[in-house]
Amino acid sequence: MITKSRLQIPRPTARPGDKPDFSYLELSPAGSVDKPPISSRTRDIEFLSSGLVRVLDDDFKAKGPWDPNLDPKQLQVALRWMMLTRAFDDRMWQIQRQGRISFYMQSRGEEAVSIAQGMALRAGDMCFPSYRNQGLYLYRGVKLVDMMCQCLSNTRDMCKGRQLPVMYHSKAGNVFSISGNLATQYPHAVGWAMASALKGEDHIAASWVGDGSTAEADFHHALTFAAVYQAPVLLNVVNNQWAISTFQGTAGGQRRAFAARGLGLGIPGIRVDGNDLLAIYSATLWAADRARRGGGPTLIELVTYRGGAHSTSDDPSKYRPKDEWEYFPLGDPVERLKQHLIVKGHWSEERHENLWRQLLTDVQVAWKEAQKYGTMTEGPFLDPETMFEDVYAEMPANLESQRRRMLEILSGD
Amino acid sequence: MAQMNMIEAIRSAHDVMMDKDPTVIVMGEDVGYFGGVFRCTDGLQRKFGEHRVIDAPIAEGGIIGTAIGMGVNGLRPVAEIQFADYIYPGFDQIVSELARLRYRSCGEFFSPVTIRTPCGGGIRGGQTHSQSPEGIFTHVSGIKVVMPSNPYDAKGLLISAIESDDPVVFFEPKRIYNGPFDGDPEKPGMSWSSHPKGDVPVGYYTVPLGSAEVALSGEELTIVTYGTLVHVAIAAAQETGVDCEVIDVRTMSPLDVKTLADSVKKTGRCMIAHEATRFGGYGAELAATLQKECFYHLEAPIGRIGGWDTPYPHAFEWQYFPGLRRLSAGIRRMMEAE
Repeated sequence: MITKSRLQIPRPTARPGDKPDFSYLELSPAGSVDKPPISSRTRDIEFLSSGLVRVLDDDFKAKGPWDPNLDPKQLQVALRWMMLTRAFDDRMWQIQRQGRISFYMQSRGEEAVSIAQGMALRAGDMCFPSYRNQGLYLYRGVKLVDMMCQCLSNTRDMCKGRQLPVMYHSKAGNVFSISGNLATQYPHAVGWAMASALKGEDHIAASWVGDGSTAEADFHHALTFAAVYQAPVLLNVVNNQWAISTFQGTAGGQRRAFAARGLGLGIPGIRVDGNDLLAIYSATLWAADRARRGGGPTLIELVTYRGGAHSTSDDPSKYRPKDEWEYFPLGDPVERLKQHLIVKGHWSEERHENLWRQLLTDVQVAWKEAQKYGTMTEGPFLDPETMFEDVYAEMPANLESQRRRMLEILSGD
Repeated sequence: MAQMNMIEAIRSAHDVMMDKDPTVIVMGEDVGYFGGVFRCTDGLQRKFGEHRVIDAPIAEGGIIGTAIGMGVNGLRPVAEIQFADYIYPGFDQIVSELARLRYRSCGEFFSPVTIRTPCGGGIRGGQTHSQSPEGIFTHVSGIKVVMPSNPYDAKGLLISAIESDDPVVFFEPKRIYNGPFDGDPEKPGMSWSSHPKGDVPVGYYTVPLGSAEVALSGEELTIVTYGTLVHVAIAAAQETGVDCEVIDVRTMSPLDVKTLADSVKKTGRCMIAHEATRFGGYGAELAATLQKECFYHLEAPIGRIGGWDTPYPHAFEWQYFPGLRRLSAGIRRMMEAE
């Protein structure tokens, strides 16, 4: 039995019972990373993939060339969207724990990613999200009640009971359908962007995967095609440090930043403080402008922390320190934007508390309404006949005959 | 009308559809400047430009994945996978994404991708250039699976596939690209010019998806088959002197059960033949369906002839391939089983 070999097995810095240790995270002070022109050649801006673009400093002040100078109203709106995402997540988590939905995945600690990037993109740009981008759906107009009905698989479920909770879609909001398979949406985003360029439109595409999913072949396919054809696409890696129980080193994050994954293909990478709404907004806008003007793809790594469990089926206390998030050097994105607004004199603890209570009420009102369309135990229920629809554009004979047979069985024949 | 082999017919289908619909684009390995390793896209890039006939990196998963995204954004991509043997890196994109996108988004998103891929043996291609994986794809809900057996059907079916809002995996039996093959490798090669289905309209026409065809009429025994083996089956009918009816399935999914069942009810005997390995194969689905539809008409158990359940061998190709000798022997055995 070999107990020691030259084979390196990546190991996180802390497991349960250990003191959290984020010394491995390379940080740059807020405002210290240059902002190059969007016309820069990839080889001249490699520093963006190893530094960390930050705007908010430890005193919650905005600093440096990446400060997007958003006005206070915009910042308050951004804060509200992040808080709504969290209020929604908190409630849905409880609802799952009460057994009233089958499954849930929260985005706790990562809210700034969806909201900042949603704000930086245009309505005509197409989003190909992962399962932790619920903020994007909310920001792009999907109502709370519709998100909840999806999680309930009830009569108003946009997915007609075909998908696990959180696998939303919104054609109207230009947010793609969530697969559940990892990184499969990455090449879709590249293909969508290629089509946009082929058609001569200036819409761009954006997609999101986690640090763990960068190991999937589709991640590499997407980067290759995006680089070869200079597709106008933003490829985001949300590095939240954990892929269920495997830390980001298991996906290769210990050797080099995920933002550097595209450099060999000539794709610039930007490593961004993923808990700093201002930095994310600014970096996304930079990359989007570059893509829109023919500069091709950008790989954006958003350094953040998965504040909650992977899903309701997961117990992170089994594999990481319970208090690890408290030690995460980039903090909590909601708290940081809140403090920034307070420091600037445009927000207060009281207003924050009032808004939080209002959002909890909004979520509760939506939950009450959602249940009217059916719950897991009480009707109205979806018609099981709909199971046979949308497999093909038109129902073929074999499905039609199976549909009839199922109805006979359900009616007791 | 013009004389065309299957390659020319497939090229013509691309040409017609690219002229008719500016959203049709072609992508694949070597399809552009070079025109495809089998020449199926020859001349298309010169005519339609490199933005519509795109040479792709060697990444089948990437070709299919990006084609899906293009389809979502309003294009109608025709993706070539150079050999069906190389389609597996794109399997997840086909099964988990392309096939289910319409379903999981309740029709909000769909992607009308056609995946063309040469398949089958008889060309001394060994195990990496001879496989017949079509049955793997018929098991997937949400895609259509097609395999033509002649130039006329190849063009008409490919146009239908490109126009279909459903994704289609379009298998091209490469042994018969240049001429029909009766399953006897010792005989000189034949040409499509002497075959009625080598007469192909120059312009637009369709052969509908989901319809089988009677390739040879007969009364005593039905051979249900597709692709290259349609021609082997006709030759076997002639060699044995048994009055066989040969049904060309053409679209494997969705299946035209009626045409198959009508024939088997008439003849009372059914032999299913495909190049693919037999165990767990598409023939089992055909046999189960026809057994249920035709049970009281059957005079013998439904038979199946396929490739042996081994990987496709190189040196023993003609011992492996379900050619004329094996099909004829199977027909004779079935006729003796009174």
